[in-house]
Amino acid sequence: MDLDPVLLSRVQFAFVIAFHILLPAFTVGLASFIVLLEGLHLVHRDPAYLRLSVFWTRIFSVSFGMGVVSGIVMPFQFGTNWSRYTDATGNVLGPLFSYEVLVAFFLESGFLGILLFARKRLPPWAHFFAAVMVALGTLFSSFWILAANSWMQTPTGYEIVDGRYVPVDWLAVIFNPSFPYRLFHTVIAFYLTTAFTVLGVSAWHAKHRTHAPEARLALRMTVVFVSIFVPIQIVLGDLHGGNTLDHQPIKLAAMEGLWETRSHVPMVLFALPDEAAETNHAELAIPDVASLYLTHDFTTEVKGLKAAPPGDRPPVAPVFFAFRAMVGLGILMLLVAWWGLWLRHKDRLFTSRAFLNTSIAMMPAGFVAVLAGWVVTEVGRQPWVVYGLMRTRDAVSPSLTGTDVLTSIALYVLVYLTVFGAGIYYMARLARAGPPEHVDIREPTPDERPARPLSGAHADG
Amino acid sequence: MAPLDLVPVWTVILAVGVFMYVLLDGFDLGVGILFAFTHDDDRRTLMMNTVAPIWDGNETWLVLGGTALLAAFPLAFAIIIPAVYFPIVLMLLGLIFRGVAFEFRLKKSSQQHWWDAAFFGGSTVATFFQGVVLGMYVQGFNVSGRVFAGTSFDWFAPFPLATGVGLLFGYALLGGTWLVMKTQGDVQQWARNHALVALYGVLAFIAMVSIWTPLTHPQIAQRWFSVPHVFYFSLVPIATAIVAYATWRALRRDADYAPFVGAMALFAMCYLGLGISLFPYVVPYAVTLWGAAAVPSTQMFLLIGTLFLLPIIFTYLGWSYYVFRGKVTADVGYH
Ligand code: HDD
Ligand code: HEM
Ligand code: HEM
Repeated sequence: MDLDPVLLSRVQFAFVIAFHILLPAFTVGLASFIVLLEGLHLVHRDPAYLRLSVFWTRIFSVSFGMGVVSGIVMPFQFGTNWSRYTDATGNVLGPLFSYEVLVAFFLESGFLGILLFARKRLPPWAHFFAAVMVALGTLFSSFWILAANSWMQTPTGYEIVDGRYVPVDWLAVIFNPSFPYRLFHTVIAFYLTTAFTVLGVSAWHAKHRTHAPEARLALRMTVVFVSIFVPIQIVLGDLHGGNTLDHQPIKLAAMEGLWETRSHVPMVLFALPDEAAETNHAELAIPDVASLYLTHDFTTEVKGLKAAPPGDRPPVAPVFFAFRAMVGLGILMLLVAWWGLWLRHKDRLFTSRAFLNTSIAMMPAGFVAVLAGWVVTEVGRQPWVVYGLMRTRDAVSPSLTGTDVLTSIALYVLVYLTVFGAGIYYMARLARAGPPEHVDIREPTPDERPARPLSGAHADG
Repeated sequence: MAPLDLVPVWTVILAVGVFMYVLLDGFDLGVGILFAFTHDDDRRTLMMNTVAPIWDGNETWLVLGGTALLAAFPLAFAIIIPAVYFPIVLMLLGLIFRGVAFEFRLKKSSQQHWWDAAFFGGSTVATFFQGVVLGMYVQGFNVSGRVFAGTSFDWFAPFPLATGVGLLFGYALLGGTWLVMKTQGDVQQWARNHALVALYGVLAFIAMVSIWTPLTHPQIAQRWFSVPHVFYFSLVPIATAIVAYATWRALRRDADYAPFVGAMALFAMCYLGLGISLFPYVVPYAVTLWGAAAVPSTQMFLLIGTLFLLPIIFTYLGWSYYVFRGKVTADVGYH
């Protein structure tokens, strides 16, 4: 049997990045949520905010640790398995990765220790400042990594010299056409993922009547948040799709399950795409509707998969189904959000068992939608690693054998399942235990308050 | 107008970045290595607490080293990393165990001994394979055109395996002297004794490598022993000997800070020696720094931000160390 290092490297990359993305998907949102809670506590002095913040900070520290260790694996993947890609794109993408480290990772990791360990050592405002820096770091990180990814989707601002990409316009490299859409759609996806997790955990406590004040507070907050941001996310998704239509029409055709180039495009609700026969089986479609949301009229032609030679088409079924999973979850989130808003208005948010149970069941929704969205994006880009320019099969490290990569996949899978399995178990335990009864903070003494804030550290240092 | 040659600037930045990583993550990996030599639970907790708030920042220097190499010398990244495929994979997996152990161990569960083993095992595996990568680097790479032309097992050779063991002693020395600085009483005395053992190991390896490399690499022998060079390069081994003696003295006396400073200086001397041996190669003995350099516009674009950001980074990292300064005592709890 011949083991193909290209295919195996793809499997490995998909595995390690899918695990990694699940953690930022949670920590980016949670870091901002912690800032919000700490800020509200600073302003209102209501200890419930502080207890909630400590509760979520504990969970945050576990997921952040896992995010960091799974993240360190990522840049090395480009070297270990995709060295020819690195050689070709390093001049353009290298600085983007480095800026992510300089602007984001140092900020996060430098202030993380203070956020986690120094509540009793520093005055509240300094601790709050650290929380803000960590949250900013996670957002900067999203900015740079998504700029890099988007350049691979819609490359601009480069020229080709000896088969390698050389930057000519840095602004065009960073702010490439798909970047703004991908940035906002992804960051809001992360916020929603966190919000639905907080909603679910709070619903669990509300249902079991444990830690009632904090659970109610968090439920009221998240319900309002998701009822505003789910609709925004859906609109952004539609805009993102329009951008894909302009720049990656064959990916879009795979998302829509569209084989022929045509106008009056139907909206395919379900189908079994058949690549060999170049058609769909068991298709259930509504005529004309896709044209409405894609081109906003019925007559503009939309490219079908057949417009590209078979060797230039992505695998259709994963893109098609992942897209439906994401959109389906988005619609489900909308229904849950507005239901919750209505219950909140009727003051039945904590008593409706049906709603509480649904919220608990929705906890994984954001994570699944994020993974589904990324499968659409990345599998839809195939067979290109840099869209239209460099094929994935030309990107792999030439020295690797299939056995090498199979061995490393086995190691990654083994370690990730053990370690991240344990992490999920510990987070679930923390979530169940609920917020602490009481939080010690360091109350500033009057003499040090305005003048010598840093000297506070002497107290127990 | 010829563009400014930024290669020397990037060589310095990269060298400093990698050295920062070796020192900083070196001492917290070293604390992990020393974990195996005590079974006292409180002592282990204390040891872990000395590094818990800062290990993440320390590890970030590794990511900076990796991505800055990718950005400033992309060809070097594309040749070296696949050449050390398995050492990198195993190092990363070691770092995973080491990193999560901080979080999981402190959850006070019945699996605590498991995460103690993960902390020690992860630190040891990560350190050993970093040493292997170092050994491969000195051994040199089999390159053809722009790609690595060897196999994924070239590292399985006596020299890289030996440097792997050597680095275990090195990081244990950094970790031990760090503990001398951050703890008191019997923990400190224990750390002193272990640091001393590590120091003997380190000195043995320095001696071994200093004999082995010139014997197997004529060009390195030439660099050190040819006539005008030998006069000023011989200052390096002399300085190393002085630093080693001072570190030994400091460990035997009651000094708190001097052993750690000495250990760092010892690393600096070895690093300098390495630089002298390998310059101007970035992929030893195949591609020079200039041959692997990114185009000037890439180096310039990143340089502007780096020179602006590094001082800011040093400021807040310094603040973080300042907040957690002083001796660590048992009651410094988590969160
Ligand atoms: C909570 C998560 C979530 C939800 C509810 C949605 N999405 Fe999404 N979507 C993502 C999370 C996400 C993502 C994981 O973050 C992706 C992957 C890459 C990206 O930019 O965002 C994504 C990609 C993505 C793309 C890929 C474009 C490309 O790469 O070329 C399109 C067209 C949409 N989305 C459209 C939608 C629509 C019409 C939605 C309406 C319900 C929707 N998304 C809901
Ligand atoms: C963070 C969320 C991401 C996820 C879940 C994800 C997922 C995937 C998946 C599933 C593939 C495999 C496609 C296939 O084989 O058909 C892939 C390919 C790839 N992605 Fe991503 N990706 C993400 C982000 C990124 C980013 C930010 C980059 C670069 C900066 C990147 C670089 C690549 C490369 C180089 C490949 C080609 C190798 C391959 O085909 O597996 N990805 N990704
Ligand atoms: C959408 C894609 C991605 C986003 C938004 C993202 C975001 C983040 C965030 C917020 C962290 C901090 C840890 C955490 O919050 O869990 C992190 C860690 C990390 N990520 Fe990603 N990441 C993405 C994909 C990637 C890719 C493709 C790479 C490889 C180039 C990568 C490299 C890293 C590294 C090295 C770390 C560890 C940083 C440290 O030491 O502090 N990430 N990522």
